[in-house]
Amino acid sequence: MSLRIPLRPLTRILDARARGENPDNVEKENLRLRHEAQRDRLRLRAESRLLLVAFVFVAAFGAVGYKMAALATSEPSEPRILSQGPTILNTRADITDRHGRLLATNFATNALYAHPQDIIYPRRVADGLAAIFPEMDADDLYRRFTGDSRFIWLRRYISPEQEQMVHDIGSPGLLFGPREMRLYPNGSIASHILGGASFGEEAVNAAEVIGVAGIEAHFDEELRDPARVEPLMLSLDLTVQSAVEEVLAGGMALMNARGAAAVLMDVHTGEVISMASLPDFDPNARPRPLLEGDQADSPLFNRAVQGVYELGSVFKTFTIAQALELDLFSPSDMIDTTGPLRMAGFAIRDFSNYGPEQSMADVLIHSSNIGTARIARVIGAARQENFLASLNLLEPTNVELVEAPSGRPLTPPRWGELATMTISYGHGVSTSPLHLAAAYSTIVNGGTEITPTLVRRETPQNGERIISEATSVAMRALLRAVVTEGTASFGEVEGYSVGGKTGTADLPRPNGGYYEDRNLNTFASAFPMDDPQYVLIVTLQEAAELSGPEPRRTAGWTAVPVAAEIIRRTAPLLGLRPDIEHPIGLQLSNASQ
Amino acid sequence: MTEMAHGTVIVHTGDAVIPRWWSTIDRVTLGCIFGLFAIGILLGFAASPPLAERNGHEPFYYVIRQAAFGGLALSVMVLVSMMSPTSVRRWGVIGFFLAVAAVALLPVFGTDYGMGATRWYSLGFASLQPSEFLKPVFVVFTAWMMAASQEVAGPPGKSVSLFVTVMIVGFLALQPDFGQAALIIFAWGVIYFVAGAPMLILMILAGVVASVGVLAYNSSEHFQRRIDGFLSDEVGENTQLGFATDAIREGGLFGTGLGEGSVKWTLPDAHTDFIIAVAAEEYGFVLVAVIIALFLTIALRSYFRLMKERDPFARLAGTGLVSLLALQAFINMGVAVRLLPAKGMTLPFVSYGGSSLIATGIAVGMLLVFTRTRPQGDIADHLLTRSR
Repeated sequence: MSLRIPLRPLTRILDARARGENPDNVEKENLRLRHEAQRDRLRLRAESRLLLVAFVFVAAFGAVGYKMAALATSEPSEPRILSQGPTILNTRADITDRHGRLLATNFATNALYAHPQDIIYPRRVADGLAAIFPEMDADDLYRRFTGDSRFIWLRRYISPEQEQMVHDIGSPGLLFGPREMRLYPNGSIASHILGGASFGEEAVNAAEVIGVAGIEAHFDEELRDPARVEPLMLSLDLTVQSAVEEVLAGGMALMNARGAAAVLMDVHTGEVISMASLPDFDPNARPRPLLEGDQADSPLFNRAVQGVYELGSVFKTFTIAQALELDLFSPSDMIDTTGPLRMAGFAIRDFSNYGPEQSMADVLIHSSNIGTARIARVIGAARQENFLASLNLLEPTNVELVEAPSGRPLTPPRWGELATMTISYGHGVSTSPLHLAAAYSTIVNGGTEITPTLVRRETPQNGERIISEATSVAMRALLRAVVTEGTASFGEVEGYSVGGKTGTADLPRPNGGYYEDRNLNTFASAFPMDDPQYVLIVTLQEAAELSGPEPRRTAGWTAVPVAAEIIRRTAPLLGLRPDIEHPIGLQLSNASQ
Repeated sequence: MTEMAHGTVIVHTGDAVIPRWWSTIDRVTLGCIFGLFAIGILLGFAASPPLAERNGHEPFYYVIRQAAFGGLALSVMVLVSMMSPTSVRRWGVIGFFLAVAAVALLPVFGTDYGMGATRWYSLGFASLQPSEFLKPVFVVFTAWMMAASQEVAGPPGKSVSLFVTVMIVGFLALQPDFGQAALIIFAWGVIYFVAGAPMLILMILAGVVASVGVLAYNSSEHFQRRIDGFLSDEVGENTQLGFATDAIREGGLFGTGLGEGSVKWTLPDAHTDFIIAVAAEEYGFVLVAVIIALFLTIALRSYFRLMKERDPFARLAGTGLVSLLALQAFINMGVAVRLLPAKGMTLPFVSYGGSSLIATGIAVGMLLVFTRTRPQGDIADHLLTRSR
C-alpha cells in the first residue's frame, strides 16, 4: 500500500480523452489491477496461515498419538502405598436402624493378585485358578503368567471358600490383599435409602469403599472418618420398613400398578420411620442406570423423594386449613358448588354432582373441586403461594439423601387466578410424596413446621408455628370425617381412628395434556386421629382395581385399602395400642374418589 | 461401420462428468475416508453388541444400521463432490438458512429424549440433530461472506458473518449444546484467520472467547463438573475416563485380540464417544496410529491443495470444512487420553450415529469439491488449456 496509484490519474485520463476513448476504461483497468494485487497479497498471507494451521494440527495429532502410545506401553503398576503418600483408609462405619439393627456393615474379604515372576509352575497354577473361578480361562492366564508383566490383578474380592481353594493350589506368587466389602444384610429392604457403595482408590493392601448413592453418598465423609466409632443410626425401623415394603408390593400387584411409594413419618420429630419406592433393587448389586429413556422408569429411581407429581385432591387439605386459619370460612359455612366452574376457557368439574351448595366440611369430605376452587379464589394467589411455601412444598426437601435436590417441586410460571384455583385441588404444583408427608405432619401435629429427616432424633422438632393449634385440631376432625363418611371409607382400621384425604390425579402426558385412564392415586393419612403420632402417604402409579365390571381407578378403591393394610400391620409394631373402647363399624360403601 | 467409413464418429459434446471427477478429485482423501468408514464398521462389530443386548436387539443391529447409514452417507458424499464450487455455494447458502431455522425451532418442536438438552427432532425411525447439518453449511456461508468482503466495494462480510455466528451460538447455548457452539466459533475463527485477520483483532477475540468460557464455568454446574474432573489429577476408577484409560493400557501395542476386549461392556458410550478406547483395547496402539494417520493425511493433503487455490471462496470454505473435521477427531481422541476435558464428541465416520454420519458425508463431499484440481493460473494450466 506504500505507493497507491490513483484510480483516475489525470495524465492518463487526458490522454484517453485526447485519443477519443472512454476515460472510464482507465478507472476500470486500475480497479482490476488493484483488486488483483490485493488478491495476490491475501493469497500469500493465506498460504502462510494455512501452513500454520496445518502445523498446529500436526502438533495436536502428534500429541494424541504420543499420549496414546505412552499409555499403551505403560504397564499397570503394582499400586503400593507410599510411606510418604496419603494412606488409603478402608474403614467405614456401620449403618443401623433406630433400634440398632444392622442395615449396612463391612465384610472382611480378600482381593487376589499375582506376581508372575514368582510362579514356578504357571501351567498348573493357571489350570487350578480356572477350576476355582468359572470366568477365568486357563490358556489366557497361562499366557499372562508367562508374559512380561510383573503384577496382575486377578479378582477384586473372593469368598472365604475360594480363598481356601487358592491356598490349596499352594503356589508362591499368588497373593491376597485385605478388602472390606460393603454388605447390606437385608437385601433390597430400604434399598433407595441406603443407596450403595463401591470401591474407590485401590492398592494391594487396602481399598477405599465409597458411597455412590442414597445415604451412603450423603454421609460418605462422615462414614469414612477413621475417628468415628459409633455406627450411623437412622430413623428407620427395620421391621416396619419390611412390613411396609411387603404390603406395598402386594398392593401394587393387586392394584396392577406400575409403581408405588410410601412414606411413614413421625409427626413430631419429622423422622422418616419407613420410606419405600417400588420397583426397588438390591444395593449389594446395584443395577446400571438406564442408558436411554426416562430415568423415572429405572428401579434406581426413588419415587418418594425424586419423583415430583401433581398429587391431586390431597392438596385440598391445605386449602381448607388456610381458609380456617385466615378465618375466611368455618366448616359449616355453605360453599357454592354449582358446576362446571368456567374460568379463562377452562372448566373445573367435580367427579359427581354434589348439588348447588355444600358446607366447607362436605367440600373436603366429598372432595369437591369446584368448592375448593371457590374457596381458593377468596384466599388469593399471593397468600396461597406463601402458605404452600411455609409448608416447604415449593423447595426440594433437604432430607439426608444425595438424590434429594433432584426432587425439586414444579410450580407454575405465572401464579395467576386460574393457577390458584387448580392448585387448590392439587393440579399445577408437583411435589414428592415426602414433601406431602412433612406438610401433613404440620397440619395434624398442632401446627408446627417439620423438616423430614432420616437420622434418629429423640426430641420433637418444635419448629416454627405455621397454623394455630385450633386449626390443627379442626383439621384432625375434618380428616377423620373423610374416612368415616367420605371418600376414604376403606381407610378405616379398627382401633386406630385413621383420618386422611384421598387424591386421584390424572397423569400428565409427556407432550402436554392429561391421560384419561392413567392416574396417580394418593392417600395421605394420619393416625390415631385423636392425637396423631404418624403420617402415612401411599401413592400408586397407574393403579386399577379390576374386581368390578369396570376398572376402578380412584384412590378410594386403590391407595386407601393399601394404606389401611399398612396401618393395620405397622401400628402394633410402632407400639400404638388399639383403642377398643369405642369400636366403630367398618363401612364398605360409598367409596368414590 | 458405415459411420466410421464416412468419418462421422459420434462425438459426445456433453461433459464427461465421471471421468473428469475421477481425474480431478483428491483420490487419497477419498481413500482415507473409505478406510475410516471400514474401520468404523469393524469396530462396530466389537463395540455395539453389548448396547444391542441392553436394548433388546439382535447383536449386530447397530452394525447393520451403521452400514446402511454409512452407505447413504458415502453416496451423498460422492454426489456432493461432483458439484461445482458455485453450486455448492448456492445450495450451501440455501441449506444454511434452512438449518438455522431448524435449530431455532428446536425449543418448539424438538425432543430431549430425557437427556436434559433439546437437540433432536424425532422422526420415528431415527432422530435428527440439526446442528450437525448446520456446521458444513455454516462454513459455506461464512466463507462466502468473507470472500465477498475481499472484493473491492464488497459487502461488509466479516461483520455480517460475526453477527450471524453470535446468533447461532446463542441458539446452541439455549439447547444447551456447548460442544457444537464451540465448533461453530472455531470454524468462524479459522476462516477469519485464513482470510487475513489482523493479529490484534484475533487476540481480542481470543480474550472474549476465554472470558465467555470462564462465565460458562461459573454459571453452569454441568460444565463446572466436567472441567473440575479434568483438572483433578486422579481419574476415578469407575468413571468413563477411568475405564477408557484402563482399556488403552490393557490393549498395549497390538491389542487383546478380536472380541477379547471388556471395556465395551462397562462404557455406556463405547460405540460413540469412546470408540477409540475400544479400538485401542482390541487392536492396540497400531490401529489407533492408523486412525490418527488417516485423519492427518486428510487434513494435510487438503491444506496443501487449498494453499494453491486461487479462488478465495473455495480456499476459505475448504479450510473451514477440513479444520472442523480434524478438530472433531482431535477432540474425540484427546478426551480419551485425557489431553482435553470430557466432552461428548463423535469420531467422524468411525463412531455410530446416523445423522452425524450423513452430515459428515455432506461436509466431506463439499471439501472434496474445494480440493479438486482446477486451473489455478499456473504455467502448466495455461499449457494444458492451449494444448486442448
